[in-house]
Amino acid sequence: MADSDHPVVRMSSITKRFLDVTANNGITFDLYPGEICALLGENGAGKTTLMNILFGYYACDEGQIFIKGKRVDLASPRDAISRGVGMIHQHFALVPSQTVLENIIVGTDSGKGIFLDLKSARKQLFELQKRFGLEVDPDARVWTLSVGEQQKVEILKALYRNVDILIMDEPTAVLAPAETKDLFATLRSLVAEGRSVVFISHKLNEVMDISDRVVVLRNGQVAAEINTAETNSRELANLMVGRDLLESIEKKKLNPGQPVLEVEDLYAINDKKLTALKNLNFSVRQKEILGMAGISGNGQTELSEILFGMRKPIRGKIKINGSLLKFGNPASAINLNMGRIPEDRIDTGLMMDLTVEENLILENHTSPQFQRCGLMNSRRIQQFSDDLISAYGIMTAGRNAVTKSLSGGNLQKVMLARELAGSPAAVVASQPTRGLDVGAMEYIHRRILQERERGAGILLISEDLDEILALSDRIVVMYEGRIMGETYVHEASREQIGLWMSGVDD
Amino acid sequence: MIRFRIVKRKPVPSWAKVVIPVAAIMVTLILSAIPILFAGGNLWKSYYYLFYGALGTRFNLLETFVKASPLLMTGLAVAFAFRAKFWNIGAEGQLLAGAMTATALGVSMGGVPKALVLPTIIVAGFLAGGIWASIPAILKTKLRVDDVVSTLLLNYVMIHLMGALLFGPLQQPESSWPRSSAIIEAACYPVLLVRSRFHMGILISLASVLAIWFINKKTTFGYQSKAVGVNIRAARFGGINTTAVILWTALISGGLAGLAGVGELCAIQYRLIMDISPGYGYSGIVIAMLGNLHPVGVFFSSLFFSVIIVGAQTMSRMTGVPTYIAEVIQGMALMVMLIFLLFTEFKIRLVRK
Repeated sequence: MADSDHPVVRMSSITKRFLDVTANNGITFDLYPGEICALLGENGAGKTTLMNILFGYYACDEGQIFIKGKRVDLASPRDAISRGVGMIHQHFALVPSQTVLENIIVGTDSGKGIFLDLKSARKQLFELQKRFGLEVDPDARVWTLSVGEQQKVEILKALYRNVDILIMDEPTAVLAPAETKDLFATLRSLVAEGRSVVFISHKLNEVMDISDRVVVLRNGQVAAEINTAETNSRELANLMVGRDLLESIEKKKLNPGQPVLEVEDLYAINDKKLTALKNLNFSVRQKEILGMAGISGNGQTELSEILFGMRKPIRGKIKINGSLLKFGNPASAINLNMGRIPEDRIDTGLMMDLTVEENLILENHTSPQFQRCGLMNSRRIQQFSDDLISAYGIMTAGRNAVTKSLSGGNLQKVMLARELAGSPAAVVASQPTRGLDVGAMEYIHRRILQERERGAGILLISEDLDEILALSDRIVVMYEGRIMGETYVHEASREQIGLWMSGVDD
Repeated sequence: MIRFRIVKRKPVPSWAKVVIPVAAIMVTLILSAIPILFAGGNLWKSYYYLFYGALGTRFNLLETFVKASPLLMTGLAVAFAFRAKFWNIGAEGQLLAGAMTATALGVSMGGVPKALVLPTIIVAGFLAGGIWASIPAILKTKLRVDDVVSTLLLNYVMIHLMGALLFGPLQQPESSWPRSSAIIEAACYPVLLVRSRFHMGILISLASVLAIWFINKKTTFGYQSKAVGVNIRAARFGGINTTAVILWTALISGGLAGLAGVGELCAIQYRLIMDISPGYGYSGIVIAMLGNLHPVGVFFSSLFFSVIIVGAQTMSRMTGVPTYIAEVIQGMALMVMLIFLLFTEFKIRLVRK
């Protein structure tokens, strides 16, 4: 398989600093022809930085890069592409209003003088599509394509530029299970022809599934380099976080009680005035976690906004702990004692320019405990903040530290501390661990399970199927604004859920 | 090849918030040498008379406070609104609303018990400015009308409204000038120090500094107003009635500007004239920015402005540099401050390629 004597890429002792953060610290990385190498690590481990250096996007502070045996100085992505290195970022670089073909040839010399030569470009594209099974209509406008199809366009774009070293930054984050399968088939056919793929991920199962070799990064250094066949996901998880991780969280058996969150007959439209929710009905009981799976954009965001009081539905009824929720009024949700974890903690959940304390008291600052006649009781507020900071282990310089100085995991802890402080009857958590590293994720999961044991009913909206399967008692799958299927977690099969997520009914 | 790149820097420590405006003022004073020399002034003599004229004698020092009073009020008005991201560019019009209300009451309250006259005028002047400011606040919250534009344009509405009144109902009988009758004596702010114009309005301004500091720091409303300014979506998510907060903020902001107008009328001019304000409302924007939107900062920056304005007159008499220099220095102070503020968030790095 691998011609181990001659790596196609050699990055030697790469160091890259941002301000006083060292993102890459003396990393040596080899990539061999015909292999899929997974680059595994937590958020902030330095995976994307390292690959951005190889793609000519950043210049490294120290170290050398060799491509196909030659020492190179990459000044720009253009340089990298001309040497056969292509990278597909999480956010695609496509022009939505142009066709697939136009997107693919943009910036290349496919023309005669000032005229485009679409005919030969089309022929070339067709050959590539046939060879790698990347089926997309060349004349479709990009905005009409699904995310999975857009990713195919990105891959075709790279192949059209004769890229033989393809870097993919968390390519499966946006894909449905079936689309992931297609992608993996494509990647295998690429390496079968002797090309090389770097697969950046923190999803262990996928890494086990697709890669030939794994390079684990931790804190900007190489923690391990290992052949996939000689390891397992448990070992990789340990290498990634540097300590033992509970792979399956222990969940006590509990008997659910009264319903605390009831959604009846809910209809809503989205910002584009298109149907977002139609005839949605479900309920969550005490001591129960209802997992809501689904690919993003199937109404979950609108549902959570309605529950939070940030959006009005067309019609329907929502009851929290037996009382009706007033629509479009966040104070109503707070008064009915709902814990709310919004998916965009930076825009909706937190005030990044205020202090940690000012964020912690947001929903409580008018309670008699903290103010009288509009005068705030700073002593009690300080006590309250200090208690929460220590109870949730929030890593911060103190309650008066500005919130934007906190890391992602600690921001989410502030969010949880505020929302769970009042022992809510119902908790709605929307994408509670998105963008968090494994350690923070584990903490959030444990905290959610604690709430369940305390007696709260929890609606967990997540795109991460592993998270849904690990935490939920019951699972519903959203598709185009309605519930496509429902199952108990012990009867659930990944495949069935995956089918429901893609809108396939049985 | 060497290129410049602007990169974000870490949050600056809190002492920088004091050092930066002070440094900005120093740099401004140094840069002022350029227009002074350009106008043919002797540099050291000019600086000497600038400060001597503002601080050198008892009368001049007290006069500096007299001039600072309206600047302090409009500066506080703007700072309080900006803190909630209500972009009140309309302090000038709100000031005029206060002055006009004070005139209407001040000429007509002859039959009212003396002790009631000033309190009534002060409350009414505050409300007039506040209500004038709440119009753009309502337009902003209900119809999403841009507040920068609406507050600014309402200044012109108010100026022309004042002109109409000064040629109409408020005009002094038998006068052909656009000016009102003098207000009654009970409507005048008492002068507190002999041989000066140091009047009660100055104490009101100083009390306002304390009041705004107190509201900002100690009350739930001050907290809510800050939260709305920092992230209105998150404030709404947290259950704050953002519409009410913006309305109350506008009312207080406009009220402070209205009191500036009351002060100018009842302590300085005693009658309404078209030139009642030489642009105090606009200077308030600069003063608020220079004071970092903090009430104590606004206090010092209004004093700085007042020193420049009062001192420039002496400087002009003694060195022949025109008094316009005061406006040039004010403008430079804002530019320097804005550049300094930019560098508290960003820094320039050299990149070698």
